[in-house]
Amino acid sequence: MKPVTFNVWRGDADGGAFATYETEISEGMVVLDAVHRIQAESAPDLAVRWNCKAGKCGSCSAEVNGAPRLMCMTRMDDMPDGEPVRVEPMKSFPLIRDLVTDVSWNFEVKKKIRPFKPRPPDADDGTWRMSQDDVDRVQEFRKCIECYLCQDVCHVLREHQLHDGFIGPRFFVHAAALEMHPLDTEDRVEELAATQGIGYCNITKCCTAVCPEHITITDNAIIPLKERVVDDLYDPIRRLFRVFRRKRT
Amino acid sequence: MPEYRTYPYDVLVVGAGGAGLRAAIEASSSGARVGLVCKSLLGKAHTVMAEGGVAASLGTVNADDNWEVHFADTMRGGQYLSSWRMAELHAREAPDRVRELEAWGAVFDRTGDGRILQRNFGGHRYPRLAHVGDRTGLEMIRTLQDHGVHQGIDVHMECTVVSILKDDGRVAGAFGFDRQRGRFMLFEARAIVLATGGIGRAYRVTSNSWEYTGDGHALAYEAGADLMDMEFVQFHPTGMVWPPSVAGILVTEGVRGEGGVLRNSEGRRFMFDDIPEAYRNQTADNEPEGWEYTQGSRTARRPPELLTRDHVARCIVREIKEGRGSPHGGVFLDIAWIKEKLPNAAEHIRRKLPSMYHQFKELAGIDITTTPMEVGPTTHYVMGGVWVDPESQMTTVPGLFAAGECATGLHGANRLGGNSLSDLLVFGKRAGEFAVRFAGENGSASIDPGDVEAVAAHSLAPFDARDGDDAHGAGDAENAGDAENAGDAENPYRIQSDLQSTMQERVGIVRTETDMLQALDDIEALKRRAHRVRVDGNREYNSGWHTALDLDNLLVVSEAVARAAVARKESRGGHFREDYPDKDAALGQLNIVVRKGPDGAMQVERRPIAEMPDRLKQVIEEQR
Repeated sequence: MKPVTFNVWRGDADGGAFATYETEISEGMVVLDAVHRIQAESAPDLAVRWNCKAGKCGSCSAEVNGAPRLMCMTRMDDMPDGEPVRVEPMKSFPLIRDLVTDVSWNFEVKKKIRPFKPRPPDADDGTWRMSQDDVDRVQEFRKCIECYLCQDVCHVLREHQLHDGFIGPRFFVHAAALEMHPLDTEDRVEELAATQGIGYCNITKCCTAVCPEHITITDNAIIPLKERVVDDLYDPIRRLFRVFRRKRT
Repeated sequence: MPEYRTYPYDVLVVGAGGAGLRAAIEASSSGARVGLVCKSLLGKAHTVMAEGGVAASLGTVNADDNWEVHFADTMRGGQYLSSWRMAELHAREAPDRVRELEAWGAVFDRTGDGRILQRNFGGHRYPRLAHVGDRTGLEMIRTLQDHGVHQGIDVHMECTVVSILKDDGRVAGAFGFDRQRGRFMLFEARAIVLATGGIGRAYRVTSNSWEYTGDGHALAYEAGADLMDMEFVQFHPTGMVWPPSVAGILVTEGVRGEGGVLRNSEGRRFMFDDIPEAYRNQTADNEPEGWEYTQGSRTARRPPELLTRDHVARCIVREIKEGRGSPHGGVFLDIAWIKEKLPNAAEHIRRKLPSMYHQFKELAGIDITTTPMEVGPTTHYVMGGVWVDPESQMTTVPGLFAAGECATGLHGANRLGGNSLSDLLVFGKRAGEFAVRFAGENGSASIDPGDVEAVAAHSLAPFDARDGDDAHGAGDAENAGDAENAGDAENPYRIQSDLQSTMQERVGIVRTETDMLQALDDIEALKRRAHRVRVDGNREYNSGWHTALDLDNLLVVSEAVARAAVARKESRGGHFREDYPDKDAALGQLNIVVRKGPDGAMQVERRPIAEMPDRLKQVIEEQR
């Protein structure tokens, strides 16, 4: 056991400040444990969102020493020795209270992305056939736990606050999972360019760096989607083909 | 009058895990107005934690599998206390429910010929669990969530329901509040589906998150519904034991399904030492045969590590108690050893068990491809719950339905791994379907403003309570002389923690009459302390307040578990009594039911199990 100092953001939409707490840290503890200990010992009304405490649900997103992290997967023994630990809420979303932000925008964005639309079943019993090789790519995207740390770190949302015209890395991953799903027949490319702002992404890969599921967001999801946008919307022959295809369906 | 917003629905679903989402999808598909309330953000419910897979006799890996084998496996696993009709419906309908998920975009792992791959799991005769690595629950909840949001379901995230409101005996609505701002909400509903999950937070070591405080169980109980089989709590054999802050977090049975073995400190595979009679024919008695089974051999019998969870948990407890445990009070679970058998073992493990690999790497600093894990039992699931009609999932309260973990009937004395995810889908759908039908056949009911006022006042009591004040009405007057009652204001976290210790130590894996009677006394004392709970701050995102309100539910379910466990004087499935270590055939013919009596005290009833029809008896006979 050793005492560690924490600077934790306390406040709401009207403002706030860092409050300082000291608590005992034992072997194997994560930042979320420390926050809970502070809550139990000295700040019972400290607001913190969490759930599974095993890195599987993506609820306890926050910024630890300035880095977007899941608090439940941030080990105290990885923190610099003898220095205070700074814990604050995500910056890309409106603050509700203390460490809890209003992430409802993300849920609204998802509703606007066209849902999965499968091709007719392959077999008479109504089932499909897909090879493991073909689903590997999509399964990587489907590992996403919707912690929104990628949205938090993305400068288009964080600094430029373009929430109205940009869906953010999380939903490019979602769109990629649908677009590259072997069974899907829907076309989302035009919207990705027109209203969902894929052009704003300038591939700085900040999102990939913070993803707790280690999804290679930029290389495997966003860049291939950007290529589809270029191919489908700006290649003159494909554009022509697109016009005909749309008329057919 | 308290201030609140009113939301009118045909069907209100409480809980947005697999069962709640599936119920809401079914109900809204008919055009009904459906509200869905959840304590967390959408998609964070406990279903997301399910790892191993969803059980359904698709027969893609072994064509001999069919609903009859699945039915017989489920009944055997439940020690014949399950509702045979629910077990039948579940086994028959699970394959369609899984295929439906694929049609909604789920991407399961594939067989060589491109169909859904199925894996072995404890108590299932054939490879039966459709899965996605070890994150099947995430795949399921995301698929349901993404499908549901395009169907016009009204989702209320981070809201808690504190009471079911009735009109002349039937459901009229529910009252609750939003956790973010603390504002009250009144839901008018012709039918309500409870899908709130389990009660794991009544115990200290649990794989369950803070949400699992038995809300649905307690809401139904307070509304007058029956709870059944509450003595059967599943202690999953493999939870993490170190470091302390992660103790209880689940280590999937999939590790054993992929060839992982349990060893004690002497390196012995102790599971070979005690194979129950009922499973002897199906269990390997040597190590090579067990390995062959995990690698898909159709002739080999399964290794004893894949016996039912209740049995494996007790064997682990025995090893620890007798001094053959691991350094941190568990036993060893070794998957790294398969490198003796497979050339690319490390990569294989990372591919088949990616989240286990990360969980141990990041939380314990252990590489499971080279080092054995330390594991021990953790409170995982409650087989018991709200009694429901097998076909419709309606409780004894007209218009009140329940599905998933908070309902009971399918799992009997012990649940097989993989059967919970299929349970959610099969009975979530049925609950949604029958709730909509009920709403259509019954007009709206009226809500008594007096009821609303009383519930609102009760909810705010923790803010008002002062030392010596009576926050919960006249009920305390008779206890005025009680020493505990005259004490200081209580901290809700401390009461919860004391309750967890009581349940862990006295109503845990190994039970005795003396311990459990003591637990019931403790629970009474904790109830009195709970009346004096006091919380600071305001109503916005106030965990102290939320914990104070959860306490009422935890106390109800804890008492129900303890009373039912005292009443069952035998050992069966998840319920093991040191003072009655054997099965009692007579008790195998009945379920224990608890309900709230007219005087407010908990009543216990022994209810005979309905006779199984001959056609199902024959199925069981054929599968012996």
